[in-house]
Amino acid sequence: MKMEKLTSPYKWGMVIDLDRCTGCGACVVACQAENNVGISDKKQISEGRDMHWLRIERFWVGEYPDVRARFLPVMCQHCHDAPCEPVCPVYASYHNPDGLNGQVYNRCVGTRYCGNNCPYAVRVFNFYTQEWPSPLDNQLSPDITVRSRGVMEKCSFCIQRIRRVKEEAKGEGRLIRDGEVQPACAQTCPSEAMTFGNLADHRSRAARLARSPRRFHLLENLGTHPSVIYLKGGGREHV
Amino acid sequence: MSDTGVTPKSASQLNDEMLSSMRPPTKRWFILAFFLGLVVAWGLGAFTWQVTHGMYVTGKNRPCMWALYITGFVFWVGMSHSGTMVSSILRLSQANWRRPILRAAEAMTVFSITVAGLFPLIHLGRNWIFFYLIPYPNQRGLWPNFRSPLLWDMMAITTYIIGSSLFLYLGLLPDLAIVRDRSIGWRRTLYTILAMGWRGSAHEWSVYHKASTLMAALIIPVAVSVHSIVAWDFAVTVVPGWHSTIFPPYFVIGAILSGIAAVITLMIIIRRAFHLEEYLTAQHFDNMGKLLLMISLLWAYAYFVEVQTTWYAHEPIEWEVFQFMAGKYTLPLIIMLIGNAVLPITAMCFKKLRRSIGMMLVVSLWVNVSMFLERFLIIVPSLSHKNMPFMWNVYHPSLVESSVNLGALAGFALMYTLFCKLFPIIGVTDVRELEVRQAEVAMGRARLASIAGKDE
Repeated sequence: MKMEKLTSPYKWGMVIDLDRCTGCGACVVACQAENNVGISDKKQISEGRDMHWLRIERFWVGEYPDVRARFLPVMCQHCHDAPCEPVCPVYASYHNPDGLNGQVYNRCVGTRYCGNNCPYAVRVFNFYTQEWPSPLDNQLSPDITVRSRGVMEKCSFCIQRIRRVKEEAKGEGRLIRDGEVQPACAQTCPSEAMTFGNLADHRSRAARLARSPRRFHLLENLGTHPSVIYLKGGGREHV
Repeated sequence: MSDTGVTPKSASQLNDEMLSSMRPPTKRWFILAFFLGLVVAWGLGAFTWQVTHGMYVTGKNRPCMWALYITGFVFWVGMSHSGTMVSSILRLSQANWRRPILRAAEAMTVFSITVAGLFPLIHLGRNWIFFYLIPYPNQRGLWPNFRSPLLWDMMAITTYIIGSSLFLYLGLLPDLAIVRDRSIGWRRTLYTILAMGWRGSAHEWSVYHKASTLMAALIIPVAVSVHSIVAWDFAVTVVPGWHSTIFPPYFVIGAILSGIAAVITLMIIIRRAFHLEEYLTAQHFDNMGKLLLMISLLWAYAYFVEVQTTWYAHEPIEWEVFQFMAGKYTLPLIIMLIGNAVLPITAMCFKKLRRSIGMMLVVSLWVNVSMFLERFLIIVPSLSHKNMPFMWNVYHPSLVESSVNLGALAGFALMYTLFCKLFPIIGVTDVRELEVRQAEVAMGRARLASIAGKDE
């Protein structure tokens, strides 16, 4: 077998402008609908076993009555030096050439080591057998595996959408155009806080935004080199 | 061992006494085995429940993805250390008092590493495909990830199970031959096969001595590496409270501490159950107590270094983990510190206490409870308060997890109980070798016991 060098013209990334995020949670719902994410009831959520691939962290800033809410959408950061990848004993967590942090559900044995080592705690584990009450079962996407209990899952940057567009572009003998593919969360965001794109293309919208002086990474000190870039918000607040 | 002035016992008398554990089982033995079997069955039932229902029957959540099972795993791996360490270090340093203890310690190693090896499989989300972890040839050309500490774990534990079983078996060989010659029926067939035609010729003994010395020397690095690798499961991560360079030596020391305590506990039980007061004397407990004192001091030092570094650096994320641990788990923390450091260090300084069986039982049991708590306090609080405060959570052990852990304890005890009945629990030939070499030497007017000839 010849080993091919895996290079790619793509480096997928996302820029999240915290000044624009209103904390509405539309992205969370969109993600759930797109990716066959299990529906968690009150009990599961209170146990800390919710299946959300994307969460809105809410922080209160200031003292009453001068209190403001700050929102931080957190999903898998698709780190380029991902702590979850080397610890998986079966390569269920791997890095693909497009800079995505992939998860092979069929390969996952459920050691949950990746979940421990993820500093962002964005990996969710199927503690329960997921069930979709009728008629929600009819809207399960055929593009994505329905994960069985005992496996780890997480945000994939809607890899099925990327794959589809990639095939189309390949058929037409070109690269994916900027804005041609969007994950469900970015597509849904009413305030356009999320911008998805190819960070390897310096002219893409995401790459241009990523050069903002407001940019920062979550837990940058750990050196995980995430693909998700945040733009600092709260300029008009007194913090 | 014989004291000065006492007529040496005959060979068959010695054999009889030391093989007392192998007499036909009494009613009490059956009751014990049955009771342990029941607890094991309960644990197995709990595990089956988990496999058929899902991991939600445990108390785990996000971010506490590891908890009581991994605590159990590290604990049992730790227990397994003593056997080898005690046995091989004492063998190599030619400490003669080791002889009656060896077998008990080596058997403990084998059984506790077996129990430990089960935990990583029990804790898998999909236990039924555990073989994905094994590098087996397959059509898809898939290999496991050799960069993962869990794979190192699997290799290390497999190596250790094989190594320590061989170590135990090698030591058993001459004893099996003695037993073979004394037994009838199916037992004779069993021991004939196991003794592999041991006759006790001079050549056999010479080869045996070389092999056991070599094995003792080889098993030490294996033992040290196994627990270092277990420590790396934690140390190589980026989890605050886990990511610490002192973990490998600290874990090895902790392992030896819990192991020595477990050997002491087992010595007390075996001594009582099989009336071996003459062979497991106060001298043995005295020496084991000294060993415990030394290791406990080392443990306290390692623990101090770990906490002190974190405290001095005051890195906020890491310090938060320590504060949370000390705040939420104050009582276990105090019990742990008393059991691992304060109690053994103070009590084991006194000869009188080292020679008191009751005190040794209290100390050794407390050390092991503390070591279990220590592992829990390393694993769970670190995960509860990781880097993202929004995702902090608390872990509560569930009935299923506790049952499986209890079942593991009973399983260990059951294996040990069966082993005692089937195999000599005191190294008969080892002890007798010393008896033969022991001679009375005239020193002026006094006659003193001495070891004649070189002890290998």
